Amino acid sequence: MSAEQPLTGRARPDRRPHTLKEWRKLGGYDAVERGLKTMTPEEVLDTVAAANLNGRGGAGFPAATKWRFMPKPGEAPGDGPSYFIVNGDEMEPGAFKDRILLEAVPHQLIEGAILAAYATHASEIIVLIRDAYRDAIANMTRAIAEAEKAGYLGKNVLGSGFDVKMWVHPSAGRYIVGEETALIEALEGKRAVPRKRPPFPAQSGLWGRPTTVNNVETVSCVSHIVGNGAQWFRALSKTEEGGTKVFGVSGRVNKPQIIEAPMGTTAAELIERAGGVSGTGVLRCFQPGGGASGFLEPAEADIPLDFAHVAKAGSMFGTGTMIVLDESACPVGVIARHMAFYARESCGWCTPCRDGLPWVAEIMARLERGEGRMEDLEVLRDTVEIAGPRGRTFCDLMGGAMSPLGTGLARFGDLFEAHVREGCCPIARDYGRAAA
Amino acid sequence: MSLSKHLRSAITEEMDHHGGPRAAMLESLRMIQQEHGWVSDEHLEEAATLLGVTTAEIEDVATFYSLIFRQPVGEKVILLCDGASCYLNGAEDVRDAVMKRLGIGFGQTTPDGKYTLINICCVGGCDHAPAGVIGRNRKLVGPLTPETIDEILGEDAK
Amino acid sequence: MSRIRIIVNGETREVEEGQDILSACTHQGVEIPHFCWHDALGSVGACRLCAVRVHSGPEDAEGKIEMACMTPVADGQRIEVADAEAEEMRAHVIEWLMRSHPHDCAVCEEGGACHLQDMTVATGHRTRRYDGPKRTHRNQDLGPLLTHEMNRCIACYRCVRFYRHYAGGRDLDVMGAHDRVYFGRYEDGPLESPFAGNLAEVCPTGVFNDKGWSKDYARKWDMTATPSICSQCSVGCNIFAAERGGRLRRLQNRYNGEVNGHFLCDKGRFGALHLPDGARLSGPRVRGLDVSAQEAITAARTALERGAVAIGSPRATLETNFALRQLVGPDRFFAGLPDLEAQTVARMAGLLARHGAPSLAELERCDAALVLGEDLTGTAPRAALSLRQTARNASDALAAEKGVPKWLNNAAQVAGEGRKSPIALVTMLPDALDDVAAWSMRRAPEDIAAFGQAVAAAIRGERADAEATAIASALQAAERPAVLSGFGLARPEVVDAVAAIAEALGEKTRLYLFPPEVNSMGLALMQAQGLERAFEALEAGKAETALIAEADLFERADSLLVDRLFEAAKEVVVLDSYATRTTARASITIPCADWAEAAGTVVNHEGRAQRRFAAYPGAPAAAWRTLASLSDTLSGWATVDDVLAELGQALPHLAPARDAAPSVTFRTPLGKIARANWRFSGRTAHDQAGGIVRDAERADPDSALAFSMEGTHGAGAPPALRTGYDVPGLHSASAAPYLTDANGGHLQEGDPGISVLAGFQGPDAAPALPAMERGMRPVPLHDPFAGDEIGRRADYLAKRCPPAQVMLHPADAKRLHLKAGDLATVDGLHAEAEIVISDAMPEHHVGLSAGRVAPRSLSRIVKIGRQG
Ligand SMILES: Cc1cc2nc3c(=O)[nH]c(=O)nc-3n(C[C@H](O)[C@H](O)[C@H](O)COP(=O)(O)O)c2cc1C
Ligand code: SF4
Ligand code: FES
Repeated sequence: MSAEQPLTGRARPDRRPHTLKEWRKLGGYDAVERGLKTMTPEEVLDTVAAANLNGRGGAGFPAATKWRFMPKPGEAPGDGPSYFIVNGDEMEPGAFKDRILLEAVPHQLIEGAILAAYATHASEIIVLIRDAYRDAIANMTRAIAEAEKAGYLGKNVLGSGFDVKMWVHPSAGRYIVGEETALIEALEGKRAVPRKRPPFPAQSGLWGRPTTVNNVETVSCVSHIVGNGAQWFRALSKTEEGGTKVFGVSGRVNKPQIIEAPMGTTAAELIERAGGVSGTGVLRCFQPGGGASGFLEPAEADIPLDFAHVAKAGSMFGTGTMIVLDESACPVGVIARHMAFYARESCGWCTPCRDGLPWVAEIMARLERGEGRMEDLEVLRDTVEIAGPRGRTFCDLMGGAMSPLGTGLARFGDLFEAHVREGCCPIARDYGRAAA
Repeated sequence: MSLSKHLRSAITEEMDHHGGPRAAMLESLRMIQQEHGWVSDEHLEEAATLLGVTTAEIEDVATFYSLIFRQPVGEKVILLCDGASCYLNGAEDVRDAVMKRLGIGFGQTTPDGKYTLINICCVGGCDHAPAGVIGRNRKLVGPLTPETIDEILGEDAK
Repeated sequence: MSRIRIIVNGETREVEEGQDILSACTHQGVEIPHFCWHDALGSVGACRLCAVRVHSGPEDAEGKIEMACMTPVADGQRIEVADAEAEEMRAHVIEWLMRSHPHDCAVCEEGGACHLQDMTVATGHRTRRYDGPKRTHRNQDLGPLLTHEMNRCIACYRCVRFYRHYAGGRDLDVMGAHDRVYFGRYEDGPLESPFAGNLAEVCPTGVFNDKGWSKDYARKWDMTATPSICSQCSVGCNIFAAERGGRLRRLQNRYNGEVNGHFLCDKGRFGALHLPDGARLSGPRVRGLDVSAQEAITAARTALERGAVAIGSPRATLETNFALRQLVGPDRFFAGLPDLEAQTVARMAGLLARHGAPSLAELERCDAALVLGEDLTGTAPRAALSLRQTARNASDALAAEKGVPKWLNNAAQVAGEGRKSPIALVTMLPDALDDVAAWSMRRAPEDIAAFGQAVAAAIRGERADAEATAIASALQAAERPAVLSGFGLARPEVVDAVAAIAEALGEKTRLYLFPPEVNSMGLALMQAQGLERAFEALEAGKAETALIAEADLFERADSLLVDRLFEAAKEVVVLDSYATRTTARASITIPCADWAEAAGTVVNHEGRAQRRFAAYPGAPAAAWRTLASLSDTLSGWATVDDVLAELGQALPHLAPARDAAPSVTFRTPLGKIARANWRFSGRTAHDQAGGIVRDAERADPDSALAFSMEGTHGAGAPPALRTGYDVPGLHSASAAPYLTDANGGHLQEGDPGISVLAGFQGPDAAPALPAMERGMRPVPLHDPFAGDEIGRRADYLAKRCPPAQVMLHPADAKRLHLKAGDLATVDGLHAEAEIVISDAMPEHHVGLSAGRVAPRSLSRIVKIGRQG
């Protein structure tokens, strides 16, 4: 196991998952033994808290803080178990980091999930995986069966008195399923329409029971933290936020890829490791954390990438999977793709998102075709201003959609206007259609 | 054609799992689709009867999720990613080439029933952009180029 | 819950803690635009129209834009509705909603009474920036009662929330996603729920509307609105009757916090409307000849002089029944019902007088319930809707334990983990409420009372079977247990069993007993004996004439029995508004006003006297008025007030009925209360040119209401006389909550109606059911879509109603060589009915659609055969 790459270091290049036996040889399940045999749930939780593990699903919320909301056994009103859910929906444009963790190192996730469930007093673990990740679904399912057979899952795990079940739930498709409360609705067999928070899932989650939802990558970190200690985990990072990060670099780079690197690694470094900017070779801008993060420009390529630093720069670290645009790529075109995506993926519950986004998407398409009008930009700005701030829509999908549009308008306003004025995409005119 | 015996028992079994008939609706639809490629009215109605839910209730979820097909699809379903990373790597040229070759647009099936073309958001293949997923097992393909689409379409598309 | 202070638009207001800002403001009369919030359905945060600025306290200078419906009120909170940023947000929400909304207001039924229009105007959205293609949908045929125009949908989700969560319907749902959400059925077909009609009011725009009204359409402001009472069952829901050109166009809910809240059943909404030509009793006739009114009166007077019995009706008002009683004297006044029913309802009235008669609003607050024998959805649908809400209380309580308030509707449903309040249904057939019941027990009709007695015994601590004991302990454990029954099975002993349970449970019991008809209770309170006694008087020669008002006797009593009347009476005088089997055989018939054409007072199941009024001028006189003209002793009766004053003297417990509504002499500072809308002018005046008459020429002596637009409108009137809600800027049913004191609360000036039970002494026991020999025992079957003798003929409702049934157990069917679908004959009765074979039917019983195949109480063994 490479010290710098605890999460992906053991993954095989062809992503063939390890059998349980192979995994054990690599030190697998040692952390589970340690956690369940020598630590109380509170000690596991405290260790994760000390490690400063922030959620990797987009919002960067401290994992341990979320876990602390979970009631102890017998303390929750009502009857039934508590749940721990692993979010493997990963449908955000530009995000492809959870795929490798699900496909290639499923046992790592199981380990983390067992420990997380132990710490949150959950007795059932559900891994929701998007439909398109069929290998992930198969590998995960097989690994769970192995773990169950070996007694890591089931009744009285390792004699600790802790009972836990785990299974995979494939999603039937839709980006909004990734939103944690929508995901819970989907698991209940309903439309994946988000729920109001509060009540938070820990108060009233799956079937009204206490529930925690964490991202695949977040959960995958847990066994390393328990196995090696909080200090070790924090030391992996270059910043205050603990651990490594499974970054993704895609778009206009020569070798788009997943890169596990210390938290706080800069965009410049990552782009370098991804073979450098493709196309003209000159960076125009990038979205640091997937399709819902705001644009940053070359001047910001040297800030340490973590939740706090990226937020300070006016964007969002999100999933940590960056989309890179070179000089010959048009941000208006990218935003148009994003808007079409978010409009299509809206759950249809709240008005701004359901009816506002299709309008924005129509305008973006029109701008790109060179048929835009100045008044159209007014509508775009209005939409960002009105629907962008948190709380204006029922969930954060619309807010996410507004970040690239809002930062795009702020940073590349001239370019939007040029599309209108010149009746075409000036970049496409100068460089040809969006092909590398 | 009604549901096979094993599908029927799989559906009723699903009901005993978690959350009862309501929670089993989606899973039933997925199982039906896995076997038949899509969910016909007849199969949907049969599943509703088996689960003791109304057709409206099951249609509610069937039509919400994008990967439950309520219309017949071709033997091979081609899901082309229209996400940003793929776009930046020439997805639209690939799309145009596929459309031209098959003579259909997104959401359509070739008259011979061989192919259905659908656009999908990011398939988590940004490192293989432009990417797509193909067939019932959702095999990831990419990077695609207009020149290499024959490979994904297979021999018959020529 | 305690009172806290919030500052709304700079004004300090004291409100109840634990509610959302939108609700609190609404009941203070402060308008916050909204779509998805609904008084009865709570908050779900979908439309995002209710944006306001909320400052958490004096220190919070900046505040935050919040959705008023999703934010709880808190002490010291400052709320700005007119905040510029909030206003901008609301304007954009409207702009988004109007993006695909058709600009079809000109032809939309909802036009002018549309919440979407009101909100659009309120937020200042005037010009359209969107010029792309509009989304369009295919509409569905949802059956004879409702229209469906999906392009008008603004996706507030109110329809499915009402239909599914509130009313328990399962065939309407939301489909699709993003901006293509669709609200409809899986395929075309009638909406199954008997409460579907409420969608016309729940929908804030024109997706669902009353089909009959749509076909015989008039703008809301071109119709008059009259406060009325539904005549289709004993709940007595409050309605607005809308009329134009002398024709009733539609009925709508009229909010009464104790009775119907926001909702009606379909039978009430669509029954007694759109009656076919020829349903009415045409002019006066004497022995088959058309005569003048005066001639008919003279003939009737002569007939009365020969000695008469008078036969009253549970369909007729207190006034009409009392007129009959006064004409012949209390000893010769009888109920147009078999004695069994008359005495059973009197027993019910006595029990309610003793134990207290709680309202449906109170039922919704109960924490356990037992329904003994009654098919509530069939006999009193609105009560079944209330009981459905009762079932949710346990879930809401668990949610509250988790800190999730009930008004946060979707969240509360989840947090409640599907817990149900303990409700036991002990009925003959599978019940529409089974899905919310903890115990769904099926018993043959003759075993139901025994089961009830076992529950009573178990409550008293005696031994009983396991189920009775379990139900007994649930009722005992409850703080507010409800016990419900009625006359649905036509078995008096069930009422005694309920009495035993109420007695054993003690004071906390909430007792509900539903008699069959709109004024069954009022008639019982007049202490009239049944039809058999009337026949005896005729047969004994004590009278020669039978005088009947507003009753088809064949509807309520065995035809073998009714035939006796026509044999024994030399003269049968009938006053009715409709042609019935009884008017067909009468020697003298005199048409009178129907339920919507004259003022009168009716008493509902809880002993609440309520007044209804004439919906338009020029109809035949009220029956009581014609009756008064038959005797010089009643010539002093000029108005309903006079009749009720005298009624109060004769029967003191009924004295309060006079105050069911303000006196006919009541006047507001602006005079009478206008039935016609403010806008009943302009085009209306134009196309009615020459037909518009001064109100003085269209006098209504029996109310303080004017037929014109002159006078007070809506909210300015006392609740019982309101002709609308009259909230500035609001023209739809969404205005109602501004006039109430809480969600689902009381009208601020009090809910209409007054109890007339106090002091009434009923019989000590219900009558004994006559012994029957072995054979097929008849049991009445009820259908929520089967109206009363009048409602059954209503065009649209009749189309929705399933065919009349004769229901048999398979073994009986086999024995009688009958097949499902055969047309049946029932001996002595003439109705056509379809044979239905069902395991659910107890053996040796035959279910007969009440009123349609047989009268609801038929105390003899019947023979069933195949027709033709
Ligand atoms: C529209 C939307 C889509 C989301 N999709 C995902 C997703 O695919 N995977 C994921 O882990 N989190 C997703 N999230 C974030 C989740 O709501 C949630 O915050 C996360 O799963 C929590 O895990 P973490 O704390 O470990 O990051 C999404 C959020 C929104 C608003
Ligand atoms: S912002 Fe509203 S419509 Fe959009 S996905 Fe979230 S809840 Fe659904
Ligand atoms: S009324 Fe508050 S969001 Fe709709």
